[in-house]
Amino acid sequence: MSNTTPPPLRARHGERSEKTHASFGGIEKSAARGGKTGPDFAGIAGSAEFGELRSRLKRFVLPMTVLFLALYLGYVLLAAYAPDFMAEPVFGNINVGLLFGVGQFVSTLLITTLYVKFAERRVDPEVDKLRETAGGGQP
Amino acid sequence: MNTLAQQQSPLGDTSPVVNISVFAGLILLTLLIAYRASSSGNTSDYFAAGGTFSGAQNGVALSGDFLSAASFLGIAGAIAVHGYDGFLYSIGFLVAWLVNLLLVAERLRNTGRFTMGDVLSFRMRRRPVRAAAAVSTLFITIAYMVAQMAGAGDLVALLLDIRSGTGQALVIAVVGVVMVFYVLIGGMKGTTWVQILKAVMLLLSVALITLFLLGKFGFNFSSLMQRAAENNPLGERLFAPGAQYGESALTKLDFVSLSMALVLGVAGLPHVLMRFYTVPNSREARRSVVWATWLMSLFYLCTLVIGFGAAALVGTETINNAPGGENSAAPLLAYEIGGTVLLGVISAVAFATILAVVAGLTLTASASFAHDFYANVIRGGKADPASEVRVARITAMVIGVAAILGGILVNGQNIAFLVGLAFAIAASANLSTLVFTLFWKRFNTSGTLWGMYGGLGSCLLLMLFSPVFSGSADSVFPSVDFSFFPLSNPGLVSIPMSFLCGVIGTLVRPRSADPEDFDAMKVRSLTGIGSRDVVY
Repeated sequence: MSNTTPPPLRARHGERSEKTHASFGGIEKSAARGGKTGPDFAGIAGSAEFGELRSRLKRFVLPMTVLFLALYLGYVLLAAYAPDFMAEPVFGNINVGLLFGVGQFVSTLLITTLYVKFAERRVDPEVDKLRETAGGGQP
Repeated sequence: MNTLAQQQSPLGDTSPVVNISVFAGLILLTLLIAYRASSSGNTSDYFAAGGTFSGAQNGVALSGDFLSAASFLGIAGAIAVHGYDGFLYSIGFLVAWLVNLLLVAERLRNTGRFTMGDVLSFRMRRRPVRAAAAVSTLFITIAYMVAQMAGAGDLVALLLDIRSGTGQALVIAVVGVVMVFYVLIGGMKGTTWVQILKAVMLLLSVALITLFLLGKFGFNFSSLMQRAAENNPLGERLFAPGAQYGESALTKLDFVSLSMALVLGVAGLPHVLMRFYTVPNSREARRSVVWATWLMSLFYLCTLVIGFGAAALVGTETINNAPGGENSAAPLLAYEIGGTVLLGVISAVAFATILAVVAGLTLTASASFAHDFYANVIRGGKADPASEVRVARITAMVIGVAAILGGILVNGQNIAFLVGLAFAIAASANLSTLVFTLFWKRFNTSGTLWGMYGGLGSCLLLMLFSPVFSGSADSVFPSVDFSFFPLSNPGLVSIPMSFLCGVIGTLVRPRSADPEDFDAMKVRSLTGIGSRDVVY
């Protein structure tokens, strides 16, 4: 996605020529350590833009995490300790428990969709901007 | 597991030759296609392929990795026998992906390059943390593989109608050896394609069976359930939770414990986490989680129908008496509605599922061990490549043998239950450290080691002293009793324990975290700035 204007810091693939050793299952050498010689991490971390992005993300992710864990835990506790309530028929043999169970599917897909919308609209553009500013610092 | 009474084969009088030839033919075809597909594509690097797989492809592969024998054979069987309680597995497995989506996937992709150890050791002292990551990966993998091996054994035992314990053990051993052999020869080349191929076949088969079942009952799920209840000794208790876990306060607590392990375990499974590195950037990682979540939602809704359908058409008694027990529900249903051919097809799909998952697991663990532990810890990063490969191969064999032995020991247990244990280990050993290292500034090396070993150790110990290993009729060692921990899934205790250990370990050595490294991680995990192979 977002391949409209490629940011200046395109990763250069296959550039690492030290890849000489054999491998098992095509596994490569060690991960690059987020080098201290790389971009000015402290500078970016301290910038207002980054702070704003981070707290924006936190304001979404944290409540959502609490919400889905609470929904799940609530469901699990109902299933464990209120089986009679869950067995209450709604129509035919379809009972409350089955509807709540399918409800977990619905809430999971709903949160997934909401997050994707949020990330595409409110996070990705900001990340692109930050990457552009940090452009020169690519190792 | 079976009653001694020699029942008539659940597959009627048909000779196993037809089953087996359809089955073997399809397996060979799958492998051939996967091999061809992989050799025509870019086969250079698998894990560092960063860029060759799209989010959608990776999403399908992710669901392939995740929808193991446990999801297909285990859950369908659990629903057929225990009703609603089996459905609870599906929900845990699915909701768990939100942890990946919201907290882990994108950050992991941006921060690391290849293993979970990359992320965990990013701002820590590398050697001890990599060692810990390799150890936990090893344990999780073996536990997960034990379940797969048991599933493969059950499947082949059903196809060949093998009932004796020794015969089934032999089947597990042979199947296990074949799988490990495949991994050693084939390597990772093609595993992703087997994964994609198998995911598509699996999803198509369950969708078609579901449609057929619903059609048979006039698209009235309620009447399908009615028939299921008529063919299950539980009757209408099948429709509500509690049939399996509702007996006592203890079993209820056990169920809550299992649920916690399921929902928190996915984000700690090394072979799932590694999939996030096969895409070019964090946005594709996000997209692949979304794909996987949608596909799995469909799949798990279908297994609900298939599970009740198996109870309705095959009957619970037949399922329980078949070789493979509960795990045979889905193949038996296939036989019931499509005869030998469909049985062969479904068994082949299930077998390909297991093969692909085992291949992925073996390579994840052996690679992590050879690379994180042998090369970086023992050899201090100066291992010559040939010896690293040798170590990886030996590790693969050791893991294979351990999994085969484990598979024989747990033969007859529901696979979904066994995978629940692997999830408990994953949640206990990895989740706390992963979350802390990403979000807690003061978290340090000492906290990481405490968290990982504390969680892993308490989880394994509690498991060893639980009814899973001894003290009850269906334990691994039924004749002895050294159990004192009453829950069969330790997640409820060991997961909080790992978080607690992480906090204590961190506070024991205050001021040892490097704030600069945390800044780097913060920026990198959110934006990908500084990771060399993030491609936009």
